[in-house]
Amino acid sequence: MSWLRNALLAAGLALAAGQPAKAETLIAALSTHQIAITSNYTGDQLTVFGLVEREGRTAGRADPYDIVVTVRGPPRMLIVREKERVGPLWVNRQQRRFPERPVFLTVSTNRPISEILSEEAARRERVGLANAQRTPATNVFEFGIGPYRDALIRIMEDKGLYAENERGVTFLSPTLFSAPINVPATAPTGSYEIEIVLYAGGAALARQTTNFEVVKTGMEQSLASAAHERPLLYGLATAALALLFGWLATTIFRRD
Amino acid sequence: MQIYLPIAELPISILLVLGLSGAVGFISGLFGVGGGFLLTPLLIFLDIPPAVAVATVAAQVAGSSMTGVLTYWRRNALDLKLGSVLVGGGIVGTVLGVLFFNSMRRLGQLELVITLAYVTLFTCIGGLMLFDAVRAALRDRQGKPARLRRRAGMHPAWMGLPWRMRFYRSQLYASVIPIAGLAIVIGFIGAVLGVGGGFILVPALLYFFRVPPAVVVGTSLFQILITMTGATVLHAVTNQSVDIVLAILLLIGGVIGAQFGGRAARNLNVGSFRLLLALLILSVGLRFAIELFLPPTEPFSVVIPESAR
Repeated sequence: MSWLRNALLAAGLALAAGQPAKAETLIAALSTHQIAITSNYTGDQLTVFGLVEREGRTAGRADPYDIVVTVRGPPRMLIVREKERVGPLWVNRQQRRFPERPVFLTVSTNRPISEILSEEAARRERVGLANAQRTPATNVFEFGIGPYRDALIRIMEDKGLYAENERGVTFLSPTLFSAPINVPATAPTGSYEIEIVLYAGGAALARQTTNFEVVKTGMEQSLASAAHERPLLYGLATAALALLFGWLATTIFRRD
Repeated sequence: MQIYLPIAELPISILLVLGLSGAVGFISGLFGVGGGFLLTPLLIFLDIPPAVAVATVAAQVAGSSMTGVLTYWRRNALDLKLGSVLVGGGIVGTVLGVLFFNSMRRLGQLELVITLAYVTLFTCIGGLMLFDAVRAALRDRQGKPARLRRRAGMHPAWMGLPWRMRFYRSQLYASVIPIAGLAIVIGFIGAVLGVGGGFILVPALLYFFRVPPAVVVGTSLFQILITMTGATVLHAVTNQSVDIVLAILLLIGGVIGAQFGGRAARNLNVGSFRLLLALLILSVGLRFAIELFLPPTEPFSVVIPESAR
């Protein structure tokens, strides 16, 4: 009976991937599933390894394989404000809210996205920074949001939290690839989702998702949770420490 | 060498923070001010969230004023009675300030409030002090005597309000109302801006209440010590933005810097001292004014509300 179960499983997988049973499948592995923030943490790097597995002995395709790796950090509400002139002052006036947008987003490909698939397909399949930061649910057109969205992407790129890397995926062999992911120190704690999509000739052939998390550990963890769970005690301890330092200074530097 | 700050959630160079807080500590020892008004904007400039900068500097100011209070206490240059009245008002002001701080943060206008307050406070006070210092220097050059000391029975009207109290150490017999009012204002400003308020309290006590200079600094430091200790705890309880690791770094740098500043102060004459302090305060104000008045290169900014944590 096991052959039947395997066949069902394979069919299920193929359906889940939204593809008719095709020749390729993707296998992906991460160098680590947890990035630990310690006191000397200055950001980290992890690597996505992947293998394109061809079913049986199907002949090779005419088009080369393309890989798009999209990493999305924890979703948050992002607010974009615009400074405007009020009399002689420059003040934040207009703002647009972007609910449920990733605070961290990288798109890595093996060649420029425009060469992999058409603009229309990229928009539909949420490939590239501008398309990937959209939430799948919101297709509501909001008037005048364009400049704010562009500013959001530009500022997040400046902060190193958004990145598009068209040489970010390297093929080690025709079917084996790797993609390094840089996680800067300012990337927030939480769960990060990685989506790997295999393209050939502009069509998605296979898809795989995996994830990793960024967590505070050790002292950073205990201090942060103390600050949030026992704020009074934490505050009193900080104040006491400050006074102790002040007192120590007078005794150490006392001149008589 | 970098260290990760658990509350600010970013790594920072230990040497940079020690150097900065040491330099600010030197200035604070030199002029007898808390130095919070320099440290808070510097930390914000280093990408530390404004809320964390303000709350953490409060702890640093508490620590450095502790040093000062102990020193002045040993020299008996501290009016405890006047200090206590100031503290009473200061606590009320601090509570109001923290409440205001949190409501502005919710409204998303905290940054504007902090910038505007820095500009107005610093350009006004710095300008006044500069004017006064230049006038004093000119008078000095002309060989005229300095400002006369107050004579018996002569006092400004606000000292004659009801509930007069006698402060022996400060040679002061004045109504509690203006003193407490001043303290409330300073506690409020301190909690909102993460500054001790010494740079307002010292001249106010000197000019408005004619408290002898020998007692002013110690008494002002005493008031700052109590209000900033309170502000640290209040910030920790109400918005969890006190970063203890950053506070320790600031304390180490500040305390050491202040010792050297205090020694350097003895080799500085009063005239140039006042001129330098005035220029320093004025330049901080102008630095913020530039941000407010010049067209920004990037008019947009991205904010991530912290409530989702």
